[in-house]
Amino acid sequence: MSHHHHDDHDETGISRRHALECMLWAGTGVLWTLAGGVPVSLNMLGEAQAAEALSSGFTFLQISDSHIGFDKAANPHASDTLKEAMAKIQALAQKPSFLIHTGDITHLSKAEQFDNAAQIIGGAGFDVHYVPGEHDLVDEANGMAYLDRYGKNTKGAGYYSFDQQGVHFVGLVNVVNLKAGGLGNLGAEQLAWLADDLKAISDSTPVVVFAHIPLWAVYEQWGWGTDDGAQVLAMLKRFGSVTILNGHIHQIMQKVEGNVTFHTARSTAFPQPVPGTAPSPGPMTVPPGELRKLLGVTSVAVQQGKSELAIIDSTLAGA
Amino acid sequence: MHVFRFAGPIFAGLLLAAPAFAEEPQVKISNFAFTPQNLTVKPGTTVTFENDDDIPHLVVATDGSFRSKALDTGDKYAFTFSKPGDFAYFCGLHPHMQGKITVGP
Repeated sequence: MSHHHHDDHDETGISRRHALECMLWAGTGVLWTLAGGVPVSLNMLGEAQAAEALSSGFTFLQISDSHIGFDKAANPHASDTLKEAMAKIQALAQKPSFLIHTGDITHLSKAEQFDNAAQIIGGAGFDVHYVPGEHDLVDEANGMAYLDRYGKNTKGAGYYSFDQQGVHFVGLVNVVNLKAGGLGNLGAEQLAWLADDLKAISDSTPVVVFAHIPLWAVYEQWGWGTDDGAQVLAMLKRFGSVTILNGHIHQIMQKVEGNVTFHTARSTAFPQPVPGTAPSPGPMTVPPGELRKLLGVTSVAVQQGKSELAIIDSTLAGA
Repeated sequence: MHVFRFAGPIFAGLLLAAPAFAEEPQVKISNFAFTPQNLTVKPGTTVTFENDDDIPHLVVATDGSFRSKALDTGDKYAFTFSKPGDFAYFCGLHPHMQGKITVGP
């Protein structure tokens, strides 16, 4: 359970945790930012204040699970919905500084799928920082298809870090060397690299970690977690602001524990069921008019003078 | 495969009624599970894995002795088990999916 030293109740008296839980089960995600260090949902702030809260600093976009090549019942047109997602990003009044893609760019690591995805995403003209999902590493060359395209300046299966405007970003790969019965896995070599990478970063630098599979145990029965994720969290304990962005589960899950915000993004291709509501985690077919309400992108705002990042999820249906 | 001149349904009925005599046992992959999860075969048997899910799966032996390509919906992977023993395997994309082939006389 999260231990938050701020007042959990918003103006209507509904506890934030309760609202969070309700939103998680509805799949609508959480729209909130922090003003003065206190979490407040954006629609409570009012649009003008919200705009102001985001006017200083910079924003970046998280997209995830585009699964280019997927064409089954849940969404026969994964390329189209990705195009819609990119059009939505291009139409934003506040342009993001860059994009982060948390993996499963393609559905089967095929060359034409990588090419198609690169054309759609790259065509929008933004810098994009990728990490692979397990679907991106099933080529005959065991992950070289991904590395050939996105491995520059990365280590191992594609992990790396970069700094942008005072924020330290780390892209991790937890979809390689998966063990029978296991969850996601980072491995000793990557963890050692991470420990070394973080040495030079001061406690007050906001840190954003992104990886495909959730770093925390969302639902182990479906493999939704990372076996050695706890070691990453231990390394991040000293930082005043940590944001962990993941994908893989094709729905929004979010929680806050102390200084750490965890967030998973929707897919741009197809939704998956909420844990425990279906026998397995596969693509979930919904009535045609409902699909776009369950696909979307995530905007993350870094505000000057505020240590917490504001995370805003939006769907392809316009909300 | 033999060519049969008899009416199709009769032969199909015989096949369905006698799976124990099938020379090529099948493991179906659907709903993120291998069915049957445990299968016993004689040495020299070829087992065929078929993916009926609408998501790809990948068959990987825990001891590394066999590994399929990524299997999309409808794709099959066949492996001949020559050596006796227990062969645990899992899905390389969804490792919580597990099964076992036991090879013995």
